[in-house]
Amino acid sequence: MTTAQASPPGLRAAPRTRRSWTGWRFVGPFMAVFAVVFLAPIAYSIYLSLFRTKLIGGTTFVGADNYLKVLSDAQFWSAFGRVALFLVVQVPIMLFLALLLALAIDSGRLYGTSFFRISVFLPYAVPAVVATLMWGFMYGTRFGLIGNLDDLFGITLPDPLSPSLILTSIGNIVTWEFVGYNMLILYSALRVVNLSLYEAAEIDGASQLRIIWAIKLPALRGALLIATIFSIIGSFQLFNEPSILKSLAPNAITTYFTPNIYAYSLSFAGQQFDYSATVAIVMGVITMIIAYVVQLRGMRKGAGA
Amino acid sequence: MTATTEHRSRAGRSAGGSSGGPLVIRRGHRRLGHPRRRRSTLLTLLTAIMLIYTLLPLAWLAINATKTQTGLFRSFGLWFDRDFALFGNIADTFTYDGGIFTRWLLNTLLYVIVGAGGATLLATLAGYGLAKFDFPGKKAVFAIVIGAVAVPGTALAVPTFLMFSNLGLTNSPWAIIIPSLVSPFGLYLMWTYAADAVPTEILESARVDGAREFQTFFRISLPLLSPGIVTVLLFNFVVTWNNYFLPLIMLKDPDWYPLTLGLKSWNAQAATAGGEAIFNLVITGSLLTIVPLVVAFLLLQRYWQSGLAAGSVKE
Repeated sequence: MTTAQASPPGLRAAPRTRRSWTGWRFVGPFMAVFAVVFLAPIAYSIYLSLFRTKLIGGTTFVGADNYLKVLSDAQFWSAFGRVALFLVVQVPIMLFLALLLALAIDSGRLYGTSFFRISVFLPYAVPAVVATLMWGFMYGTRFGLIGNLDDLFGITLPDPLSPSLILTSIGNIVTWEFVGYNMLILYSALRVVNLSLYEAAEIDGASQLRIIWAIKLPALRGALLIATIFSIIGSFQLFNEPSILKSLAPNAITTYFTPNIYAYSLSFAGQQFDYSATVAIVMGVITMIIAYVVQLRGMRKGAGA
Repeated sequence: MTATTEHRSRAGRSAGGSSGGPLVIRRGHRRLGHPRRRRSTLLTLLTAIMLIYTLLPLAWLAINATKTQTGLFRSFGLWFDRDFALFGNIADTFTYDGGIFTRWLLNTLLYVIVGAGGATLLATLAGYGLAKFDFPGKKAVFAIVIGAVAVPGTALAVPTFLMFSNLGLTNSPWAIIIPSLVSPFGLYLMWTYAADAVPTEILESARVDGAREFQTFFRISLPLLSPGIVTVLLFNFVVTWNNYFLPLIMLKDPDWYPLTLGLKSWNAQAATAGGEAIFNLVITGSLLTIVPLVVAFLLLQRYWQSGLAAGSVKE
């Protein structure tokens, strides 16, 4: 079916087909809806970001003013700093756990390999709302596990829903939701490694650690890159988990907890649609730049190895 | 390491893992697992720690769905209360507030069937078109779609809301269904899948025989594409079923809520002044919400495992 060596299919896939408009009959419907729900909103938000609406005076063209305002907005940078911290702490932990799991499951040395694979992946099927409510209840001191442990041992554990621990608690929920998904991406990459490489390594007397270091990790480079980029995008978009936890921890989660929550609050509580669109664009551009830089660096290292 | 032992252990491993059938004795480059490897109790126990981490919250949810509202507060979280109220809770979940949960379930089904089904259809057609045809503007399509995958989805939400609001589409099913119809990830998966699964030679000979393109597509290509289609459908199903942000901004009327938004509103009800706390129903409703997805994933594991492999290995 597929091999690791195959290049992306599209651009060279049909050398013998004649060039004609027929393909558009297949691609057209997708592109039409795509234009409505992707391209038009992007264009519209750029348009909005150039204006400012005031109660008195109406809508005026303000050029780059909204952008300059975002760049000097302490609440925006506070939100950005929070997701950046989340990114540099949570993503490496999650990907490292996913890597260990993928290596363990791929090693063939576990009892019940397929049970492990399916069970670890299962949280991916759980909606963020349910995952957050579930963990939020468990974090709680009233009928949650923290409360149970406090009663059981007569102690007072730190409250996971307090302002100082809330980001860690969210990191745990996100790790729980996505560690299995990332494991599967890495595991899929390991499965297509040519078997004879391992056989040759063993004949040469290589240890398991050496095989992991010299064969498996290089084979995982591409998949790790993809998992990292998905995780960067996911971290910068953080919204669901803090937004839902807000009802359980109203004091710990502000209206500018993450950039997305900030954009949402600006629009739906503050009616500042122009400024909200600008925040969304700035965050989108930052995300794309960072994802692009990571991709370039990842590919360059790949070429050097 | 004789040939016999190697053959046996390969067959044993793959029968537990992948699809079985003729694959069991396949000896291609694709590895079905290490032969000759001895199982390790220590490694199994270490990995089991992660398993406890992933399964514990689900166990908590299942156990607490059997408790009444008072039972929740008086019993230990990981064990049952003296009243076993699961069936009462399920009945209450479906009848509370005039059966609104049933309404949310039907809404979710509507969004999933039309939204995820439509997204799969569009992605299949477009992925096939990109893989098997050469047409003017193909490179532009490639660039635009790949670029769009990098745009944070929620960055589009506010402008989409404003656009739909101007068109009078908010607070209606269309506000959820139309944005769900586009799945760039699904397109990408179908594209990689169609490139390998449908031999160009077959299409060529069908053309020589004078078959029309859509005839060829439905008669010849569609059956070959079906494993990929099931994978994309499953992932679109999960994304649409779990959708939260889009309904949150688009819908005001609880009658159009999907399950996710409904559960969140039930939970928030306890925090409002005079609101009745119904945590037992929030927990039971949560359990009911994930059951269909868990069942779908368990039944269709052959598809999502191979489908993700096809999509993620290519760069």
